[in-house]
This record gives sequence, C-alpha cells and structure tokens, in this order.
Amino acid sequence: MSSKKSALTSEIITQATKQSFIKLDPRIMVRNPIMFVVEIGFIITLFLVFVPDAFGGAVSTGFNLAVAFILLFTVLFANFAEALAEGRGKAQADSLKKSKKEITANKLSGTTVKQIPSTDLRKGDLVIVSQGEMIPGDGEVIEGLASVDESAITGESAPVIKEAGGDFSSVTGGTKVISDRIKVRITSDPGESFLDRMISLVEGAKRQKTPNEIALNTVLVSLTIIFLIVVIALPFFAEYLDITLEVPVLIALLVCLIPTTIGGLLSAIGIAGMDRVTQFNVLAMSGKAVEASGDINTIILDKTGTITYGNRMASEFIPVGKHSKQDVAAWAALSSVQDETPEGRSVLELLNQQSITYDKAIIDGSDFVEFKAETRMSGMDLPDGRQIRKGAVDAVKQWVSGQGGFIPDDLQANSNAIASAGGTPLAVAVDQTIYGLIYLKDTVKPGMRERFEQMRKMGIKTIMCTGDNPLTAATIAAEAGVDDFIAESKPEDKIAVIRREQAEGKLVAMTGDGTNDAPALAQADVGIAMNSGTVAAKEAANMVDLDSDPSKIIEVVSIGKQLLMTRGALTTFSIANDIAKYFAIIPAMFMVAIPEMEVLNVMRLHSPLSAILSALIFNAVIIPLLIPLAMKGVKYKPMSSSQLLSRNLIVYGLGGVIVPFVGIKLIDLIVQFWV
Amino acid sequence: MTMISLTAIAITLLLSLLLARPTGLYMAQAFNYEKSVLDRWFGWLEKPIYAIGGIQKDNQTWKQYALAVVLSNSVMILLVYLIFRFQGVLPLNPSGIASMEPTLAFNTAISFMTNTNLQHYSGESGLSYLSQMIGIVFMMFTAPASALAVLIAFIRGLAGKPLGNFFVDLIRCITRILLPIAFVLALVFVALGVPQTLEPTAAATTLEGVTQEIARGPVASFLSIKELGNNGGGFFGVNSAHPFENPGGISNLLQILLMLLLCTSLPFTYGKMVGNKKQGRVLFVSMAMMFIVFLGITLASENAGNPVVNALGIQHDQGSMEGKEARFGVAQSALYAVVTTASETGAVNTMHDTLTPIGGLITIGNMMLNTVFGGVGAGFINVLMYAMIAVFLSGLMVGRTPEFLGKKIEGKEMKLIAVTLIINPLLILLPTALAVMTQSDTISNPGFHGLTQALYEFTSSAANNGSGFEGLGDATPFWNITTGIVMFIGRYFSVITMLAVAGSLAVKKPVPETSGTFRTDNALFGTVFLGAVLIVGALTFFPALALGPIAEFLTLKP
Repeated sequence: MSSKKSALTSEIITQATKQSFIKLDPRIMVRNPIMFVVEIGFIITLFLVFVPDAFGGAVSTGFNLAVAFILLFTVLFANFAEALAEGRGKAQADSLKKSKKEITANKLSGTTVKQIPSTDLRKGDLVIVSQGEMIPGDGEVIEGLASVDESAITGESAPVIKEAGGDFSSVTGGTKVISDRIKVRITSDPGESFLDRMISLVEGAKRQKTPNEIALNTVLVSLTIIFLIVVIALPFFAEYLDITLEVPVLIALLVCLIPTTIGGLLSAIGIAGMDRVTQFNVLAMSGKAVEASGDINTIILDKTGTITYGNRMASEFIPVGKHSKQDVAAWAALSSVQDETPEGRSVLELLNQQSITYDKAIIDGSDFVEFKAETRMSGMDLPDGRQIRKGAVDAVKQWVSGQGGFIPDDLQANSNAIASAGGTPLAVAVDQTIYGLIYLKDTVKPGMRERFEQMRKMGIKTIMCTGDNPLTAATIAAEAGVDDFIAESKPEDKIAVIRREQAEGKLVAMTGDGTNDAPALAQADVGIAMNSGTVAAKEAANMVDLDSDPSKIIEVVSIGKQLLMTRGALTTFSIANDIAKYFAIIPAMFMVAIPEMEVLNVMRLHSPLSAILSALIFNAVIIPLLIPLAMKGVKYKPMSSSQLLSRNLIVYGLGGVIVPFVGIKLIDLIVQFWV
Repeated sequence: MTMISLTAIAITLLLSLLLARPTGLYMAQAFNYEKSVLDRWFGWLEKPIYAIGGIQKDNQTWKQYALAVVLSNSVMILLVYLIFRFQGVLPLNPSGIASMEPTLAFNTAISFMTNTNLQHYSGESGLSYLSQMIGIVFMMFTAPASALAVLIAFIRGLAGKPLGNFFVDLIRCITRILLPIAFVLALVFVALGVPQTLEPTAAATTLEGVTQEIARGPVASFLSIKELGNNGGGFFGVNSAHPFENPGGISNLLQILLMLLLCTSLPFTYGKMVGNKKQGRVLFVSMAMMFIVFLGITLASENAGNPVVNALGIQHDQGSMEGKEARFGVAQSALYAVVTTASETGAVNTMHDTLTPIGGLITIGNMMLNTVFGGVGAGFINVLMYAMIAVFLSGLMVGRTPEFLGKKIEGKEMKLIAVTLIINPLLILLPTALAVMTQSDTISNPGFHGLTQALYEFTSSAANNGSGFEGLGDATPFWNITTGIVMFIGRYFSVITMLAVAGSLAVKKPVPETSGTFRTDNALFGTVFLGAVLIVGALTFFPALALGPIAEFLTLKP
C-alpha cells in the first residue's frame, strides 16, 4: 500500500477483461442468479442463431445474433465490474507481497544466533533485528528500542519508535528497522501474520457476503423469479389472442425486466466498499464490520489524543513567591529552547504570543538535559554551573529541597488550582529557587466541534472517555461539543458503557490501542485498533487503522453508510428503469398484431425490432456506465435521513425513470439504420 | 354526471372517513389483553365459549399461532364441505335443493373460509337454508375473524409484544366486533325491506298470469355480515343487484359503509397498538389517495360510456348503463365496484363484466395490488409487507440497516417477504395461462375480453376478493379445483410467512430512534410506500393487463 490511491492502471484493466471471460464459466456464474439467467438467455439465443426454427420461430438470424451478442456483453460487463473491483485489491496485494519476499531471520537459540529463512519461524521464536534489516515476522519487542519504518504497511514514511514493554511494543513483519537493534518474540506462525491477513483481505479471497447484501440479493432474486413468471405466462396469453411471441423477444423482455443493473454491480459495490476503507488506510477484517459502521449509534472516543492534544499546551505562566511573571516565563523559555517535546515548543510559542522577551545568550554553550522517566524533569546545565529545570511539581520540589532550597508557600495552592481545572502544572526552578509554574492546558483539536456537530446530524451520539475529574471532563466535553462523557474512567468503564448502550439496542464503535482496551474493542460492534497499539488490541478489534488516527472512525462510519446507499440507489435506479423498458418492449411485441398498441410507443421508436434491441442495448451499456459510481460510491454528506432520502429518491428514483426513456430513444436513433 | 350523484359519493366517503378512527380505536381496545370495561360487557358471552372450547389463553409462538389458524380453518372447511355435500338430506331445506357435487362443494367451502366468497353456484338454487345459515354465515364470521386475528398478532409482533392467542383473538373478534355490528345492521336491513324468513320461495302470479317463484330466505342476517366481514358472497346469484339484497339507495349506502368500515379503520387500530398513530395515519392517507384516484378514473370511464355503443347513436347521457342497475345508475355502481374490489369484499351491485375496459382495469388492479385498503386483516398485512419493502429500500438509500418501528429488517425477514411477493403473480398468471390454453370453451368472450375474464377470476381468487367478472362457465371441475387451490394458497401462505416475520420481529431488540433514523410516519415515507406498491404491482401485471383491458380499451373503436 505504498501508493495509497492505487489508480486504475492499464494492467488492472487488462486483467479484469481477461477475468470477465473466465467468469463466464457457468459454475461461477451460478453464484449470481440474476446474471446467470442472462447467460442462459444468451445460450438459448446463440442456439437459435444456428437452429433458427428450434421453437418454431420466424425471426431472422441477424436478430437472434444481435440479441445473443448484446446478452453476452451484458454478462461480460457485469463480470468486468466485479473483476475490476477485485483487481484493485489484487494490485494492492501484489505490492504487499513484495514486502513479504524472503527475509533472512537471525534466530536466537540459546545464546547463538542462527540465520534461517523467515518462513521457518514459529510462534515463540526469538529473533534479533538490527539496523537496516527487515523484521521477519509479527512480534513483540522484548528488549531494546528502535525506530522502524512501517511505510510498507501504513504508507506513512516517518519512522515510529518501538520499544520493549508498554503499548508500543508490537512490530509487524515486513517492516524495516532503521536504527538501533531489538530483540523480538515472534507471535504468529507463517501464513497467519498481519501481512498475510492483509493480503488475503485486500485480495478479497475470503470475502463473504454481508448480511445486508444477502437480504438485498434475496429481494433481487425474488424479482427475477416474478419476471420469469410474467414472461412464462405471456406467450400463453398471446397464444389465446392468436399472437405469436418469438423466443428471443421474450428473452429480451425478461433480461430487460430483471434487475441486471444492480445484479451486475452488486458484488463490485461490496468489494469497492471494502477497498475504500483500505485506501483510507483502515484494514477491515470483514465486510460485515464496514456495514455495521454505517449503523453506529454511539461512538466512544478517548479524550486524549483523539479529541484533544492532551495536557501539553502551555497556556499561562504563574509566578510563585515574590517572583514576577517575566522571570518564570524567561526561565521556562530558556529551559525549553532545545526541548523538542510539544510542551517545550508550546512554551516558546506562548512567549511569542505574549511578546515576552528574554536573553537567549545566557544558554550559549550549555548542555541540554533530556526528560527521563526517573527524574521527570528536563532542563539546561549552564556553563556557569547554574542548572535550570522544569518538570512535575513534586519532582522539582524534591530536587530543590535536595539542594537545601526553599519551597514558596503559594506553590502548592497554585499547582492544585491548575490541576483541579483539568490542567497540568509544571514547576520551573533554577538551583534552589522555584520561580513559578507553567499551566499546561488541554486543547481541543481544531475541527472536532464541527465533526461532532455532523455526527449529531447523522444521529450518532458521541461519548468522551477521560481519566480527568468530572469538572474538567465537563469543561472539555462542552468545549468539544460531545454529547456525553465519562470522567475518571477506567478501562472496565468503557466495557460497561458499551454494554449499557448495547442493551438499549444501539450499535457502538470505539477506538483503542492499549492491551487493556482489548476487551472493550471486542465488545464493541465496531472496534478500531490503532496500528501502533498492542497485538492484543489489534486482535480484538475488527478494524485496524494503519495511520493510528483515532478520529478516523468518523470517516469509517461515512464509508459504511455510503456502501449501503450505493446499493440502495442502484437498486432503485435499476427497478425504476423497468418502466421505460416496458414502454419500449410491450408495444413492440404486440404492435404487429394490435396496431393500436402504437399509442404506448411513447418514445416513438423506429420499429419493433429496433425498440427491442435499443432497450436491450441500454440495459447492457448502463452497467459499464455505472461502474465508476459503484466503485466510488454515491456521494454522502452528513444530513438528516429525510433530506438524504429525498435527494436520493429524486436522483436515482426519478432519474431512474427518466434516464432510460432518453437513453433508449438515443440508441434507437442509431440502431434504426441497421434494422 | 350530475352534481347530485357526485355529492352522494362525497357524503358516502365522508361518513366512512368519520367512522374509521373511532372504529379503529375500539378494535385496538377490543384486542387489548389488559383488563378493560369491554371484559364486563362481553365477558358473559365469552366465558362460556372459552369454557366449552377448553381454550387456554396462553400466548402462542408464531408457529403455534399459524398452526392454530390453518388447522382450525381446515377443520371448518371440512365441516362445511360435508354440510354442502349432504344438504339435500339435511333439515332446513324447504325448497328441496339437491346436494352439491364434490368439486363445487370443495370450491365453495374454501371460498367462504378464505373470505373470498367466489361463487360458482347461485345461492337461491344451489344452497339450502341450512347451508346458508350453518355453512355460509358461520364462515362469514369465522373467516374475517381469522384474518383479523392474524393481523392483530402480526401487529403485536411489530410492537414487540407476544403474539397472543389465536382462539382468544378469534372469539373476541366475533363477540366484540362482528356480532354486535352485524346484529344491529341486520335489523336495519330488515327495516329497509330485506327479507328475513325461513319460509320457502313464494309463488306469485304475474300480470301475464304466469306463476313465478320468488326466492327469499334469511337474507338480512346474511347481508350485514357479508358486507361487514368483507365476505361478499351473495344470498342470491346476482348478489347486491337483487332488490331483496339491496332494496334502494339507503341500503346501498349502508353496504358501502359496511364494506369500508373495518378495512379503513385498521390503520388506526395499528397506529394505536404500535404506539405510532402518525404512521397509521400516513398509511391510511396513502391508501385513501390510491382509492380516490382509482375511483375518479372509474367514474370518468363509466360516465364516458362505451364508444361503440355511443357511436350507434344510442342516448348515453347517463354513461355506460350496460349491466348496471337502473336503481343505482353509473355513479353508485362505479363507486360500489371500486369499493368492493378495494376492500376485497366481492359483493357486486353491477356486473363487472360489462364495466368499460378501464373500469374493469381498475377493479382488477385493485385486487392485484390488494393494498388499496384490502380485505379485513389480510389486506392490511399486505400493506405492512409493502411498507417493509419500502423501508428496506429507503433504509438502504439513507445508508442504514432498515428499521421499521425500531426493529431491524434483516435477511430473514426479507427472505420471507420475498417469497410472499412471488406468490401473488404465481397464483394469478400461471393458472390464467393454463386456463386460456385449455379451457377456452368455458370463456364466453374471445379475444382481450376473454383473457380479462380468466385473469379476473384468478386475481379475485388469489386476492380473496370473490367478485366475478362472470361470463365464465366456471362451475366446472377445472375452475372449481384450480380456483379452490389458488384461494387456499392465496390466503394461508402469507398467513404463515407474515406470522413468521412477526415472530422474528417480536423478539428483536428495538433500536432507539435517533435523528439518523429514517422516519416512517411522514409524507415522504407515504410516497415511498406508494411507489413500492405501484411499481412492483405495475411491473408484475403490466404485460397481462396490456393484453387484457388495455388492448380492449385501445381497440374499442366505433
């Protein structure tokens, strides 16, 4: 998936063309009953080309040939649509397979390292991967830290840090270590790796029909049977009236009436829907999950990282003791000049915003002290021996008092005030003196409010989960515009909320990455795990977001809806088409025997034969014409369901009535020169 | 058409409209299992019946309910079949009418049990008073009661409640709805001049001095339930065109009101029972719109008359009077014809065979759709089935798994609905094809009209309407057996499938309504519903209609 938008290359088209002939095999065709009927119609008319009077008919060979030809193309077009949709997946799979090519693994047995092919690795094996090597299989880092290029999987070129322990320990086979060295415990057997699953998913090898697809298919098959009954009864009625109906004409009528348009495109729509999710860099484990996402009533979102940036933006400098705001700001800035963390950068930004100046020269030639989990502080060691530190309040307090410094009385009160407002206080100190606090505030990501507004329009409730206290949570919830929130939430709270919502009959989606999210991901109807997350989370989820962007869940919902809408729109279009086809074929069938039927020939088609052929040609060419729509999906904009329905009814319902009248007439204008 | 006749139609429909809602709400109350004042009113009548019948009032599963319907109805068919077969030797046969032949008895028993009342016999000469009263009138109560019970169970399922008990519903329908109304109206009909007697046919001497046998009998009690229960079978062969079965304008008005009473009030019963009155109203309005349009077309066509006859210079100010009663005229005949086919009653006060081609098209179309109100119970189930199809398509178009009353319509329900959809054309088109191929000698007209006659017969049977286009020599084994089978399947197949749908929906967890939920109680849904009904119906039957009434209309030229 290195190229996210796999375009329709000429190779895909060639492949699809080839496939559309291979799929003519009746054993494959029978899986699509509607097109199978068309194929049988083709076989019968082809037979009539050679034995014209097999059913006592008197139609010209030319007409039989034309009908057979058009029917063949109708089937081929439908096959082509399906093959094309599959082809895009195959192309992606091929590029994935390239990353799967033979990798040599450095297997650790005891203390010795043995070089074996990656295909011989089994679950539980330990391997060493060093700079420049490919990781031979899915696994967990158990020792060391390395930056890994996962672009083969995610398409994201910036490397990610993987380290032992915690939520960033899982690595994927086929990705490349670009610095350092890690020891990995393999967690999957050959053929079952994430990459393997991905390949089979995008190839559509394991594609099963989704519940909605089955329901729709039943309706379409039943319509097909109804029209079969209609067409079987018709010659007997005609016979009673001494009108002879020709077999190819009846076949033409049948093929025009059965919903070939949607029947031919149905599986393409399903495959393309999955494909859209994949192109969006989300890996759906089943089409069912994609469909379910269109039905989501409730989305549970983590506050930090999804809705807000986290407690990381400096928003205020608060001096303590007798120090001034200027002092705190200056020292805070000096400690942050080389600090590349978001907190550090935001300190400098805030200074800029407030137009506070400081003497940068002080730190010339000083050493940067990085943040460490043990110290929970970072800062600068100045050449003159002074040490600047900023960090967690209690850590700084300890550091200062350790040097015999003095703790200002108002420090604790101020830091408590910040904490209770939902912020994080950072203390700034130089040697024995604490100058003040940096108020790190939680900031809602831009655009989130609008998105939640959209979701509300779509009828989706958003619930924010946060470890913050209720007061802070309420503030952020109001600011972001979510419908509900759970404060001081623990992982098990998420499951409780999901169960509660599900008990009310709602479908729930959530995103998560940590191992402790796994049960909730499994419980949710749509669980999206972040690719950066743990193996457990990814296994519990039914989708994996390769970009690890939790807010993407919103787009996934749209794609799910779009998938259903495309099916509905094309079904409506297909059925609405029948009206015009009737007005083309019925008068044509009976005009010779009942000249008054000419009244029904509202399109003023040239002759009975040209009318039938035109309707049939329209029926065939509408399939390839709608392939782009089937692949792209109908446009979905968040709006109320009534607006959406009215819009789609007008476009695809009314459009479906009108378009074929115009189309058949235009085709007839050309066809009339031949018949 | 005069202003007066149009005003008369308007008043009739207005009265019907006024009656619909209160009747609907009363029916919802009548089937409510919670204790109510109605228990006190009717308890004295019902308790002994429950006791004698040994009826357990437990809720049934959909399978038990369906089995109870089919089995009990089959037993009734068998009983009545035996009565017909031996009526010649059984009592209450003052006119000495012979026993019925087997295929006719088979047809007639099924016909009345399925609420069809297709009559391949003439009442005054074919049935004894015992057959009329024990056989026919008995079924005229139990048939609509069975259908209504199934609908009520279906609605309960949609509302997420247990389906209820068939026997309780059956009995309540008779004791609380059919019997009281039919009893009062029978007395009214007597007052209007309809006979109610067990005396044999009266002999009268005409002005020419010839002796004429005048058929009579317990007509009034027969008449009220015939119309109320959407049964439609006539006491006399010519049904409500007979002066004893429809003495005048007031009785005609009452009959129309009775035919429409239950089927127009069911949307309100439904709205009340599922707790969505607006949706019931939307369905009522949708059906009423179809009805008004169809009525308008029929009136216009009948009023314009037959172009061939008109061209002969025959006075035709009153429209096409061929086959119509002079007492009722074009307006009341056309209204009656549309009402009787819309409500699947099948009673007639005019010969449908002689309606203009377009008038015939509308009556046959009403039965093919079976959703323009439709017969008591069965028609509204059909309506709800189409509503679910509409919901399915709309749900897809707004990108959600379709929900109806908060219940997801999924693969299982759609499978059942899809199968049920096939049944209608299967029962109408294939037997018609068989009939025109093999039985053309029993069809009185050649050409398009003959095809329509056969088509009408099977449509009427499949929709359990029972009116006849006539002109068929239909008292033959072929017609008796084929229409008998069509009537039976036409009724019980959908009973089973739709109860299965109800059973499946009843246990589904309701989905809460959100702004993303597609609303099924507004005009937009009404439009989709109408679209589904008309397009599916039109697409299925257009070719047959094109060769029948449409071709007749197009070729009917002076």
